[in-house]
Amino acid sequence: MSNNGHGASFINRQSFIELDARERATALFDPRTSRELLGPFDRVESPWLPMQGITPQADDGCVVMKGKIAGQAAVVVALEGAFQGGSMGEVSGEKMTAALDLACADNEKGIPTSAVILLETGGVRLQEANLGLAAIAELMASILALRKHAPVICLMAGTVGCFGGMSLAAGLASYIVMTREARLGMNGPEVIEQENGVEEFDSSDRALVWAIHGGEQRYATCLADALVDDDTPQVADAIRSFVSKGVPPVHRSSQGVLYRNRIDALHTSQQWDPKEFRALWTTTGS
Amino acid sequence: MEQIEFNYPAKRRVRKRAHVGVVGSGDLEVLLEPAEGEVARVFIRTSVDGFRDTWKAVLDRFFTKYDGTVRIQINDAGATPGSVQLRLEQAVEVSER
Amino acid sequence: MSEYSGVRGTVWFRAFTGHASPMIGDPKSVLTRDAPLGSDHARFLCVVPDPYARFPCVRHGEVGLEEGYTLAARVREVIEHDKNTIKRPIIAIVDVKSQAYGRREETAAIFLAAAAAADAYGSARLAGHPVIALVVGHALSGAFLTHGYQANRILAFDDDGVMIHAMHKEAAARVTRRSVDELDKLAKQIAPMSYDIRDYAKLGLLYKLLRVENPEEPSQQEIRSVQGELVGAIADARTSPVDLRNRLESKEAREMRKASILVRTKLEAQWLEN
Repeated sequence: MSNNGHGASFINRQSFIELDARERATALFDPRTSRELLGPFDRVESPWLPMQGITPQADDGCVVMKGKIAGQAAVVVALEGAFQGGSMGEVSGEKMTAALDLACADNEKGIPTSAVILLETGGVRLQEANLGLAAIAELMASILALRKHAPVICLMAGTVGCFGGMSLAAGLASYIVMTREARLGMNGPEVIEQENGVEEFDSSDRALVWAIHGGEQRYATCLADALVDDDTPQVADAIRSFVSKGVPPVHRSSQGVLYRNRIDALHTSQQWDPKEFRALWTTTGS
Repeated sequence: MEQIEFNYPAKRRVRKRAHVGVVGSGDLEVLLEPAEGEVARVFIRTSVDGFRDTWKAVLDRFFTKYDGTVRIQINDAGATPGSVQLRLEQAVEVSER
Repeated sequence: MSEYSGVRGTVWFRAFTGHASPMIGDPKSVLTRDAPLGSDHARFLCVVPDPYARFPCVRHGEVGLEEGYTLAARVREVIEHDKNTIKRPIIAIVDVKSQAYGRREETAAIFLAAAAAADAYGSARLAGHPVIALVVGHALSGAFLTHGYQANRILAFDDDGVMIHAMHKEAAARVTRRSVDELDKLAKQIAPMSYDIRDYAKLGLLYKLLRVENPEEPSQQEIRSVQGELVGAIADARTSPVDLRNRLESKEAREMRKASILVRTKLEAQWLEN
């Protein structure tokens, strides 16, 4: 599903990207059905950041809300990209994983409950390194368990994007929704340039960055399920439709054979032009 | 990281708590909660040390117009006095709605 | 803490299976073999360096596109084969330099190749296969998430050449705008930041830390002893739930992951409130 800008005009659109994590999460629910869990006043913060002179945030940069989407029970977990780059720490990671586990338990009790994860994140919070990495592994395990019962929808709107270990979590999702501004990839352009030089990836080339990691490219290569405008009603609509759709017959990450065939058919002698790659990728190996 | 505390005399009971802001670079979050007693207590955690006087100036000014008996927590990552003032006013606005 | 040498994976794979080769049609960077382990017939998997890999950015032991999808396929094979029978153990021998850092990899969605492997390992675990990770060298970031971190039980050698972390020290220093010395100092007080495997062990994520004199040249006795530990881990996994709750219930976790436990307890209480 894609909206080629025929929806809200630029002047009338309500930017989703300009909202903070709490506002984004709230916007996805059916009106007046949502409440926040472990909010800032519960003060469950990072024990590790103050030890390093970094001011913690009262919700550790992770908002958990429970309510209804399209009339069905749902939990929304939103990472705050403005706090430590939305990175996964011990507390923010555990909030996300525990929320999914509780949703899973509700499904097992007969209450269909979906999960929507808003990813603005660079991956592991290096100030918590191994607890952040472990949190991502545990989150991935919880996504695998929950998605058997109900859809796990990952939404990337920008401007941080979804990188690092959290891109694997997105890879496990039932559905991926992106805006054009959003980016999804394992390694950001700066990291690649750092490791393998500017020839490999010129991180200052913004057009290249979005041509490889951006929402439009991911959607065109069937790696995202919907491309939406930066317009709150449109974003909420897309989420509602995937919640209603339910669990897909096969998850993308379980289709290894399909993707392996595509990888095998790719030449590696030189870099691919991203637009040409779209044709290479979607026509082979199926 | 520096922790700073201030107390101000206060009288008016406040009904609602409020949370505004984000601990992003150059920004801050404010948690404002109703409290007992005739005092407003402010607790600041800031990653930029050495600006106690600046904090005092901003808060002194804020409390010339605000008399709620509250506990205010500020988590700061290098905001300007102007931003601090703004966030405090936003928090008050939310708590008075 | 020593550099990644790229030999340990092959050494231990050969020690357990008698061979060090990929399956027919697989890239040379992924070794797969079924071999006896205790009273089971286990599948062993390992990612190793292939200097002639098709993709230029995976020639030093990095985990890339082909590696992710090959691991996924070889693990799924076991799930499919054992659908109506005893669930065989799956042993990930881990010594991986890092994920692959390349433009081709990003264009062709390495994030999905990695997710596919993790999906396979995690699905095997959920289906009842004991999945065991033995960290014999390096286990970094995306590479470990792909190959090993979905295991029921993780074992590692107590050795300077063993490192589990989110990012190499120099890069981590750069990103967090600290010197390497400052990072080292912080790591002494903040166990999750440490590069020392003994500090990692304090986090409660490891099943066991194993002592081996020289992991690059193990004796026959040491090999048998490690095999025994793998058998013990398999038995332990078989008598436990298939999820990863053991990582939070260990004695060490109750000490070092108090915040995680608090989150879980409070969230559950608030979830049920109305």
